[in-house]
Amino acid sequence: MLVIQDLHVYYGAIRALDGISLTVNEGEIVTMIGANGAGKSTTIRTISVLVRPRSGAAMFEGKALHTLPAHEIVTLGVSQSPEGRRVFANMSVRENLELGAYVHHKKKAQIQEDMDKAFALFPRLKERENQSAGTLSGGEQQMLAIGRALMSRPRLLLLDEPSLGLAPFLVQTIFQIIQDINKTGVTILLVEQNANQALRVAHRGYVLETGRVVLADTAQNLLSNDSVRQAYLGE
Amino acid sequence: MQEFVQNLIYGVETGAIYALIALGYTMVYGVLRLINFAHGDVYMIGAFVGFFACTQWLPFKDLSQHPEAATLNVLLAIVTLFLAMLICALLGIVIERFAYRPLRNGFRNADAHFWGFVAALPLTAFVGAMTTTKRQGAFLAVGVIVGFALRPAMAYLSKKIKPSSSRLNALITAIGVSLVLENGGINVFGADPKFIPDILPKRQISLLGIEFDSSRVVILIVAAVLMATLRYIVLYTRPGKAMRAISHDIDAAKLMGINTDRVIAFTFALGASLAGAGGFMVAAFTNIKVVPLFGLQPGLKAFVAAVLGGAGNIPGAALGGLIMGVVESLVASKYPQWRDAVAFILLIVILLVRPAGLLGKNTAEKV
Repeated sequence: MLVIQDLHVYYGAIRALDGISLTVNEGEIVTMIGANGAGKSTTIRTISVLVRPRSGAAMFEGKALHTLPAHEIVTLGVSQSPEGRRVFANMSVRENLELGAYVHHKKKAQIQEDMDKAFALFPRLKERENQSAGTLSGGEQQMLAIGRALMSRPRLLLLDEPSLGLAPFLVQTIFQIIQDINKTGVTILLVEQNANQALRVAHRGYVLETGRVVLADTAQNLLSNDSVRQAYLGE
Repeated sequence: MQEFVQNLIYGVETGAIYALIALGYTMVYGVLRLINFAHGDVYMIGAFVGFFACTQWLPFKDLSQHPEAATLNVLLAIVTLFLAMLICALLGIVIERFAYRPLRNGFRNADAHFWGFVAALPLTAFVGAMTTTKRQGAFLAVGVIVGFALRPAMAYLSKKIKPSSSRLNALITAIGVSLVLENGGINVFGADPKFIPDILPKRQISLLGIEFDSSRVVILIVAAVLMATLRYIVLYTRPGKAMRAISHDIDAAKLMGINTDRVIAFTFALGASLAGAGGFMVAAFTNIKVVPLFGLQPGLKAFVAAVLGGAGNIPGAALGGLIMGVVESLVASKYPQWRDAVAFILLIVILLVRPAGLLGKNTAEKV
């Protein structure tokens, strides 16, 4: 479904990605784990064309993403819940969700249906429907960011650090919901610092270090891999 | 007391015009974090569109000879208002497309084309000055040829220009665009002052001993209607919501599938049309002379108004404009020599006391 080939990305003179290659198959949850600055977010930002690669390619169902303008990526069926949530703080929860369905603006019935689905998935958002997103707690904002990303009906959902800064019980909930979303047929590429949790829900995983993939295996094998356990699971 | 109220009314009316211009500054600042210093010159173009429409393009009648034509003139004035807004909106889109967008996204071939022709303009103007004015068609031909010849050179040069997110580059470009419009205006329209004749029936309104001109009321009403329309567009329409989204977080907006370039162009068109409306109204109703530097002072003051209200904040710009107008009018009634200085004193004070502006929020990061 998603094939990334030998991606090199620079921020000015600083090299962020040094030849990343990975694949995500339809129906999978694939996770990227690694320390700060390993290039996880940059990879996801490159898929959404918020940055352009110096060389390499990102292909979604055979179409090159890296040559398209950013707004066309969503139309193809790839959406992202970015790191730090990035909700529109000055708008209401409802308006945020509506913006998530920006590319479907003519299908009023579909938007309402998807919004009901989002509220069913995150009942807390329903309670806060007309509240401005800036007043939500961190966990609620994370739910909103994921709900918003689902509003475009993606077939591939990119999740960047969905558990960052959340209370432990909320982390459990979020990972449960990620699995639920996956079961509805949405393929997921998950970036996480919480390697332990991420590997428990994922089918496969990639370990990134300084802009390269250093290890790629099934999630189960990675969980029992000694060097992964030492470096990322704190054992 | 009466004099005070009278000055207050003048102040509110001047303020309404400042607000119309300031809205364009603040909206563009909101989406691009760019102070579009060419905005005041768009206001000037609005005044010139009004001048040409009133004197040449449209069949306005001289009211002193045809008093019965008042209704016709009012209708034509409304047409002129929309014409000024439309032409300025197009100008706003052209400025964004060819000056600011290449800086943001890199040059494309169409940009090289455009700038090839712009570079050819002074050359042809020079050729024009050297020969007799009878051969204007020939100059135009020369201009087209030179523009075409310059295109490859521009394309070559433009390859050297890397897209940049530097705000300083954008700011300098804005000043450049402003200079092109001002001096281009001198070249095309001439530097001699022009006046829009009285096109609307004027009446002195007398209310509780306060006297003011009916055209002041017209300016106020039109400005209020335009601002209400803008408010509706920004709050409730799809491009308006996209604008707010971009203004808050442009990357997040892209992730929603918003075509940011198109919405930015829309923002320029919206702001420029308001400035155009203001330019036409001021030129038509206050007997002020229309010159290519017409937008310089009001543009600067509207910029101060935008900062006063909080750059990027739309209600703030309207409020800032009103405050500026009223303060200026009240100060000018007692100390006329301080009329222009007070705007910039206000700017210094607000930057010292509340740099985010009256309605602006201090952007403290939530962690």
